[in-house]
Amino acid sequence: MSEAIRQRLVVIGNGMAPGRALERLFETSPGTYAVTIFNAEPRVNYDRIMLSPVLAGEKKFDEIVIHGDGWYIEHNVMLYKGMKVVKIDRAARTVTADNGTTAEYDKLLIATGSQPIVIPVPGANLAGVLTYRDLDDVTAMMLAAKSRGNAVVIGGGLLGLEAAAGLREQGMNVTVVHLVPTLMERQLDSAAGHLLRKAIEARGIHVITKANTKAIIGEKKVRAVLLEDGTELPADLVVMAVGIRPNAALAKDAGITVNRGIVVDATMHTSDPDVFAVGECAEAFGQAYGLVAPLYEMANVVAAQLAGDKSAAFAPSATATKLKVTGIHLFSAGDFADGADREEVVFRDAARGVYKRIVLKDNKVLGIVLYGDVTDGAWFFDLLRRGTDITAMRDTLIFGPTVQAGAAKDPSAAVAALADDAEICGCNGIPKGKICKAIADKKLKDLAGVRAHTKASASCGTCTGLVEKLLQLQLGDAYHPSASQAMCGCTTLSHDDVRRLIVAKELKSIPALMQSLEWKSSGGCAKCRPALNYYLLATWPGEYVDDSQSRFINERIHANIQKDGTYSVVPRMWGGMTTASELRAIADVVDKFAIPAVKVTGGQRIDMLGVKKEDLPAVWSDLNAAGLVSGHAYGKALRTVKTCVGKEWCRFGTQDSTALGVRIEKFMWGSWTPAKVKMAVSGCPRNCAEATCKDVGVICVDSGFDIVFAGAAGLDIKGTEALGHVATQDEALEVIVALVQLYREQGRYLERIYKWAARVGLDTIRKQIMEDVERRKALFERFVYAQKFSQEDPWAQRAAGKDAHEFRPMADLTPLQAAE
Amino acid sequence: MNARALVRPAAVWRAVGALADIPVRGARVVKTPAGCVAVFRTSEDAVFALHDRCPHKGGPLSQGIVHGTSVTCPLHNWVINLGTGKAEGADEGSVPTVAAEIRDGRIWLSLSELP
Repeated sequence: MSEAIRQRLVVIGNGMAPGRALERLFETSPGTYAVTIFNAEPRVNYDRIMLSPVLAGEKKFDEIVIHGDGWYIEHNVMLYKGMKVVKIDRAARTVTADNGTTAEYDKLLIATGSQPIVIPVPGANLAGVLTYRDLDDVTAMMLAAKSRGNAVVIGGGLLGLEAAAGLREQGMNVTVVHLVPTLMERQLDSAAGHLLRKAIEARGIHVITKANTKAIIGEKKVRAVLLEDGTELPADLVVMAVGIRPNAALAKDAGITVNRGIVVDATMHTSDPDVFAVGECAEAFGQAYGLVAPLYEMANVVAAQLAGDKSAAFAPSATATKLKVTGIHLFSAGDFADGADREEVVFRDAARGVYKRIVLKDNKVLGIVLYGDVTDGAWFFDLLRRGTDITAMRDTLIFGPTVQAGAAKDPSAAVAALADDAEICGCNGIPKGKICKAIADKKLKDLAGVRAHTKASASCGTCTGLVEKLLQLQLGDAYHPSASQAMCGCTTLSHDDVRRLIVAKELKSIPALMQSLEWKSSGGCAKCRPALNYYLLATWPGEYVDDSQSRFINERIHANIQKDGTYSVVPRMWGGMTTASELRAIADVVDKFAIPAVKVTGGQRIDMLGVKKEDLPAVWSDLNAAGLVSGHAYGKALRTVKTCVGKEWCRFGTQDSTALGVRIEKFMWGSWTPAKVKMAVSGCPRNCAEATCKDVGVICVDSGFDIVFAGAAGLDIKGTEALGHVATQDEALEVIVALVQLYREQGRYLERIYKWAARVGLDTIRKQIMEDVERRKALFERFVYAQKFSQEDPWAQRAAGKDAHEFRPMADLTPLQAAE
Repeated sequence: MNARALVRPAAVWRAVGALADIPVRGARVVKTPAGCVAVFRTSEDAVFALHDRCPHKGGPLSQGIVHGTSVTCPLHNWVINLGTGKAEGADEGSVPTVAAEIRDGRIWLSLSELP
């Protein structure tokens, strides 16, 4: 369609509701409109529901972006970032922004959202008093939290509690003050509110209910909050989260009918037939909406109307609420106030902290409150939405769908029992049937696929478990759930999740990590502990204290355990070079300690086998005296850098491959890696050092150095892949170090470089190392920093007495000693 | 003296060291005439003692990673229950246990139970 006959659609606001409306519009009738968006916030459309996880440090802004810049370009959308519309001229059909930018429209969509209510008490405008609305608020809160001072959150509703939990995560001392006796009183009854209060308090958050704020005290900056009863709460930060008010002023000034919000009919038209309103600024059927599900329903109606479907209409329905605070599970929906015409069914298990209450009227579900165990939430909610008569199952209703089916306790049964039009994803309004169809039609195999095709579980993510169960039901054994990608039986988190959360939540010890990530075992297992120890060590060099009890014996004792319980000792021979005095020292050690076997290894060094554990420190002491240090032949670490003799001796050599190998090894020894790292440098393409089957290899050529990586010659055999060509030794070192650092930061524990590369993509790695010079240098610097704490010979430390308990029996009760 | 010699001692308890001699979630070895005993300390500061030989291939259990009340053998990752000496999971086999107690911070082993 040509530009001339395309209609002009102007959108004021770039939140989730207009974002969804445009997405639907582009799907159903691409090219119908030329779209211009004015966004008062200087950024793209992001998932506001996920601000709490950002505040809690669980996610980063990048992860909650819904439409990146590319999306706007792809759909030819003109996005004005950071421009606030100040005027709508309905006669001229234009809107004007604060900087004077004007756009003409054929259709106008107002999506100005809402603003947080600031309670009118003295001091409400002091510095340090914030609301909780957008990313700027979150950034300001995170900045304030760095002081680790006192925060007071006014308002114990959904948003206030999420803010409080986030600030507590950030290390602040947090008090929540709430006007009424029950937290989240709009979503919870008093019993569930009590359980919630206990859970919130268990996190170290102080809760004061029935508290009316009288004033906020301070000179220029907030110092305290004064309550009506005279209590003064010290505060470096005050967050007001008492509710929202639709932003309707712009529409009102333009003469559009406004009540509390911008009044729209079921078709989302305002009083002007060419002007729509959507989202939190709109008021439909006398009510403004704040939860995402009805807002997305509005957005769908707007999209359909714009596309020409005049029959599309908004019908508000019951919505369910969940609190996004990790570890607190609650679900509520409908109306659960007491009433003479209502009955209720209640289930309590105080020890487990479970509370379920179903409010009934005329044998139909009217309200649901679940706390602690929310598994059956979707099923109850479905009964509520449908208005199902529950008379037949009333006796066992509270026990959920599995009992109704009379089946054994199968976790999938609850989901299997749902009808096709039962809603799974409340945020996006996706029913079960649609997900199942997508799985079948698109041959989806995993959660990511379902999210990409249906958006189910892609917003707040609380229905992830349900979606996974649908995949399980539909695919049977062909489905490999995320549980199988879990690190081990101690957690449902994958290696990647754990690495991400270590950074995001600044977890710096194994106990802190297990506490925060809700490890299922008390102290981990032999699978997860070594992995966690490595991740923490690699993430926090110089800060994390290595936990030797979480290391495999070889790394704890710095030698390789053999089948008979003796050890093997391999000193470093830099680049495979050695000297007469080193060889003499090795010979002397072998004689002195009667070491039974000596072998030349594949990595160009010498292995002494059969050393008794008690002898290890003395063996090392003698080797150290000759200048020999640990070869880390036992570690998930840099092993060897094999070399050929290069141009120093070889008639074909093009570069000094030996010197480069020695330089790399001296630079990188001692660094811990996800799995072992073996390297080689060959002086010419004849490749005598066999560099093309190593984790990282260098082939010297006349013009410089070809760097290759991701080879394997063990369980798998695989030639290396090209990484890039550089001219100098210095550049070669920088590239290799940066590559290994990237691997240290991204690799899963025990995942060799070739597997990591296959997983993240060779091109992705090449781009980051060879093309993005700044990134390469940053990686290099991070490696250099970490090396400050790792380049100390572990043998010398132990020869000097470190970890002596590892090498000696605790007691010797054999006859010789007993006779003394 | 004679009377004592005629009676087989039901249990000879020997102090082998202080609790603090063993790292938390770690183990130490006690050498005895009948072989090595591995003495474990859990994260809860409970102590357990086992013959230091994995029922699978004789690996030194004292060198394994201690988790909960189990140890994973360093040779082939068998998981042995510290309390029962039995292999966990799909593996079958068991190692003799030795009674161990903490009294006033010292660890005592019942040596009459030695293998």
